[in-house]
Amino acid sequence: MTTVIAPSAARQRVALRIGTYVLLVLGLVVTLAPFAWMMLGALKPTGEIIADPTAWLPKSPTLGNFADLLSRQNFGLYFVNSILVAGACVVGNVLFCSMAGYALAKIDFAGQRILFSLVLVMLVVPGIATFVPLFVQVSNLGLANSYLGLIMPYLVTPLGVFLMRQFIGEIPDSLLEAARLDGASEVRIFLRIILPLSGPALATLAILTFLFQWNNFLWPLVIAQTDNMYTLPVALALFAVGANGTNYGLLLAGSVAVVLPIVTVFLCLQRYFIQGIASTGIK
Amino acid sequence: MTSIVANRGGDPARRRRTLVAWSFCLPFMVFFLAFGLWPVLASLLMSFTDIRSRDLRTPVNVGFVGLENYVTLFDDPTFVRALLNTLYFVVVGIPVTMVISLVIAVALNSGIQRLKGFFRVGYFAPVVTSIIAVAVVWRYMYQGDGLINGALAFVGIHGPDWLNDPVWAMPAMIVMAVWRNFGIPMVIFLAGLQGVAPELHEAASVDGASRWRSFRSITLPLLRPTTLVVAVLLSISYLQFFEEPFVMTGGGPLDSTISIGYYAYEQFGFGLYGLASAASYVLVLVIALLSFLQFRLFRTRS
Repeated sequence: MTTVIAPSAARQRVALRIGTYVLLVLGLVVTLAPFAWMMLGALKPTGEIIADPTAWLPKSPTLGNFADLLSRQNFGLYFVNSILVAGACVVGNVLFCSMAGYALAKIDFAGQRILFSLVLVMLVVPGIATFVPLFVQVSNLGLANSYLGLIMPYLVTPLGVFLMRQFIGEIPDSLLEAARLDGASEVRIFLRIILPLSGPALATLAILTFLFQWNNFLWPLVIAQTDNMYTLPVALALFAVGANGTNYGLLLAGSVAVVLPIVTVFLCLQRYFIQGIASTGIK
Repeated sequence: MTSIVANRGGDPARRRRTLVAWSFCLPFMVFFLAFGLWPVLASLLMSFTDIRSRDLRTPVNVGFVGLENYVTLFDDPTFVRALLNTLYFVVVGIPVTMVISLVIAVALNSGIQRLKGFFRVGYFAPVVTSIIAVAVVWRYMYQGDGLINGALAFVGIHGPDWLNDPVWAMPAMIVMAVWRNFGIPMVIFLAGLQGVAPELHEAASVDGASRWRSFRSITLPLLRPTTLVVAVLLSISYLQFFEEPFVMTGGGPLDSTISIGYYAYEQFGFGLYGLASAASYVLVLVIALLSFLQFRLFRTRS
């Protein structure tokens, strides 16, 4: 049995499909244009950028801006700081949030519901709401302007526990019960069954943590007081609002230094990024 | 019956499980209490005091001032402006973000096969960028003689000096926020659209309904729960509006882009920790209201 489609309906369908592609391509061009413009601009000397702010292609492309960032502006150190802080937070979240997530998902214990409710509530409390007392407390611990001060408030996150609890909850109970009947301890179950089965979940958590910390701004801005403790976004922002605000070559190159590494990681691991963000929905 | 009583009364196995479970939670709890829960409470407490930067070393000098900080805030036209600007950003930014992300999601879900993954990655890319870097780049694109006005001139529009114009600075920031954020609701909508059974549309088309009609009468109602979730999540993220004015305008011109977050940060910079806490707690209250809505929402969904 063949379906007969009226020629006009078929033509309409083709037109619709073409229209969809035109819309998607135009939208994509607009979406990607700022990236292209940033990268092309970073290759121009500042004089050329100021002379014609609407130009796209560099007339005399140079890596001079990047050389300046490294030699005169200490961006190498900021880059290392960003990696250190984000890396430490990844380790803390993967380790501690998976442990707590396991207890919340698979052990029936007193206080479980309260703890999980608190985690849910804290999911929606943003950094801007608590940075003042956090600053007072970290300062009183003597950790202002230190790596520990930068890292400790984000070493575990409610989001991490929430994600791990949801993922670990999907592991079938029968696997754990069999192990418990065999006399395996909870520690052994966690190490031998839960962790090996949580690979994709841990990867998602690691990637999201790295992304949030790499882009985190308010806390490092508040707690880093001398420039040797700056992370990339802090250095770039203070550079942009300071005396160098019109040094566009350096500013665009600095933006590339912040954006390009994370976009590269995103392009390699995009499945985890998109699934992770779709499942949490939080920025 | 007896087993329930035994469970209630502290069944030794359950007591042991509780101990084991809390040991698993211990490292998380230490940091969660110290750097998560306590600051939320401390922020509230500090908002009722006159704590300043110089009190850091001598906390005994801190005095209880009741609601004075909140009175100061609402007497300050700059704070009221910050509150209104933040709401402007949320109320205009969210619908625009949602409409654009829904249009793209529907286009991606319309049965196209070629390049679908490529489009999705491209549209999502702005989400992973640092707001600071984005603000630095867009500040330059928004210059009076910059790229955006160049593009507008191409179609015959004479654009304003966006960031130096009290009327146009906020819309400029909203457009930028939409660009950076629409990828998030896009992937959530895509997941929602994939849950709409194609048979429903086929049935509608057999009954002679146009595509637009079947989108409006079938797809949109089925997406309502997704839409509400997206709205609440976006509002929580848009309420934190801070980096954009920090980099692009310093809150100006004429306070037209100052936000609650920026105001709180400024007061913190002046050393007025009590006032800064009160300002950020206004934000907590707005978010609490929204999360209450969110919990209600999740309950009605499941």
